[in-house]
Amino acid sequence: MSGSAAAQAVGRAFREEGPAILATLARQAGGDVGLAEDALQDALAVALITWPRDGIPRVPAAWITTTARRKAIDRLRRERGLDERTAAAEYLMRLERDHPEEEPDSALGDDRLRLVFTCCHPALMMDARVALTLRMLGGLTTAEVARAFLVPEPTMAQRLVRAKRKIAAAHIPYRVPSDEDLPDRLAGVLAVVYLVFNEGYRASAGAQLVREDLCAEAIRLARLLTALMPDDAETIGLLALMLLHDARRASRTDAEGGYVALDRQDRSRWDRARIDEGSALLDRALRLRRPGPYQLQAAISALHAAAPDADATDWPQIAALYARLAEVAPSPVVEVNRAVAVAFADDPRAGLQVLEPLLADDALAGYQPLHAAHAELLRRAGDGAGASEAYGRAIALTENAVELEELRSRRDALRSTER
Amino acid sequence: MPQYMLLIYGDSNQAPAADSPEGQAEFGRWMGYTQAMIDAGVFVAGDQLHPADTASTVRAPNGERVVTDGPFAETKEILGGYYLLNLPDLDAALTWAEQAPHIARGSVEVRPVVARG
Repeated sequence: MSGSAAAQAVGRAFREEGPAILATLARQAGGDVGLAEDALQDALAVALITWPRDGIPRVPAAWITTTARRKAIDRLRRERGLDERTAAAEYLMRLERDHPEEEPDSALGDDRLRLVFTCCHPALMMDARVALTLRMLGGLTTAEVARAFLVPEPTMAQRLVRAKRKIAAAHIPYRVPSDEDLPDRLAGVLAVVYLVFNEGYRASAGAQLVREDLCAEAIRLARLLTALMPDDAETIGLLALMLLHDARRASRTDAEGGYVALDRQDRSRWDRARIDEGSALLDRALRLRRPGPYQLQAAISALHAAAPDADATDWPQIAALYARLAEVAPSPVVEVNRAVAVAFADDPRAGLQVLEPLLADDALAGYQPLHAAHAELLRRAGDGAGASEAYGRAIALTENAVELEELRSRRDALRSTER
Repeated sequence: MPQYMLLIYGDSNQAPAADSPEGQAEFGRWMGYTQAMIDAGVFVAGDQLHPADTASTVRAPNGERVVTDGPFAETKEILGGYYLLNLPDLDAALTWAEQAPHIARGSVEVRPVVARG
């Protein structure tokens, strides 16, 4: 085997097996996530030398586990002094001596859940939670995480170091939260995963390839979470939601990289397999009878996906789902979407009524989607002058070049029909 | 076991006057809060501090002592007291912090204490 093939095998093995090994080692090291990660890095450095030279181990995961554990013991010995460190070192040495193949597999899933909740602990900054989750649970390298978020690698490395230092110094616990805290904490975890997805889904030219990776990574994390918590409806709902959105990814941009709105997308390019999987997951979630915002959004997305063309969309049902979403998770985003749905389901004037309280709110004066939707509904209600003004406000607030062009062409079309 | 310092921050202008019924009631709640820590076996130390206008700040930029009257507090929230607690982890510390009687109008900074083993 060539050296580069072996190096690739190292990368692949650490990417695939690393997170689970890290999760278990962190528990065995007394919850010291930073130490486990450092030890895994040490093992990676060894593998890059020995695998090309001696060949790839028969069971890479076992090799990585053993090597990382020894490295953890080395590190603990070097920094010995604290009782807890000594205790962790002794425990690891006992594992090394007595059960090299270690504990039953059932513990492994729990370890990864522990890692999830530690990485997404609310006492860490959101940036840090996202970075830690991608790094430790997703197995991305620091360079990959940095590239995905368009920050320089040293900045990302520093962010990770600071987060790990806080986990260790503040003793952020390495455990699955108690039943009482679980709903809140799980919602926090799902928010991190959804943020990763949205970061990737927001169509932005240039960095597109990396960003597709982020969507894939978020879906992978959600798959892991649903495997670990198979009975949590919102976790399944989030996976369904992301799959349904992701199914439309290819049709969201045209050949020139321009943005294509939902109603004009080529539906034959939608990924049917993803839609089917997302819809099946949504059904499974709904059967658990624990509704929540992700399931509602997934249901809306599934209705769009089920319509053979834009005109066949079940707008009354979508408007009803947005109304429900506005009750459980109210936000200007939801209200604007609800207004649009009501406009299609009922008539544009009804949609405009939904927008009225938002338009009266000074805090939303700079909220671009509100003015874009307002313009659109005014146009459809036949108020050309009002629409033109509203387009003007939306255009003034738009930074994205593609969107800007779209809004301008809509306003111009308005003027030409008026003449 | 890890130790945490809970630094109690608040705006003294918003606190009820000590001699008012509300102030008396709040004092009682602080006593109860402290007692709960003692009963739980986590209490190491804790005190209320005199207001910030009784503070003196010492510096010695050139080796020469310079004392100024008061703290350099530009924010409204000032340190009003502290607790030092023995707790298993940050979650336990955050749970105690959120029970502080003034939490609706102030804040608690939770700082892990450096362990010397």
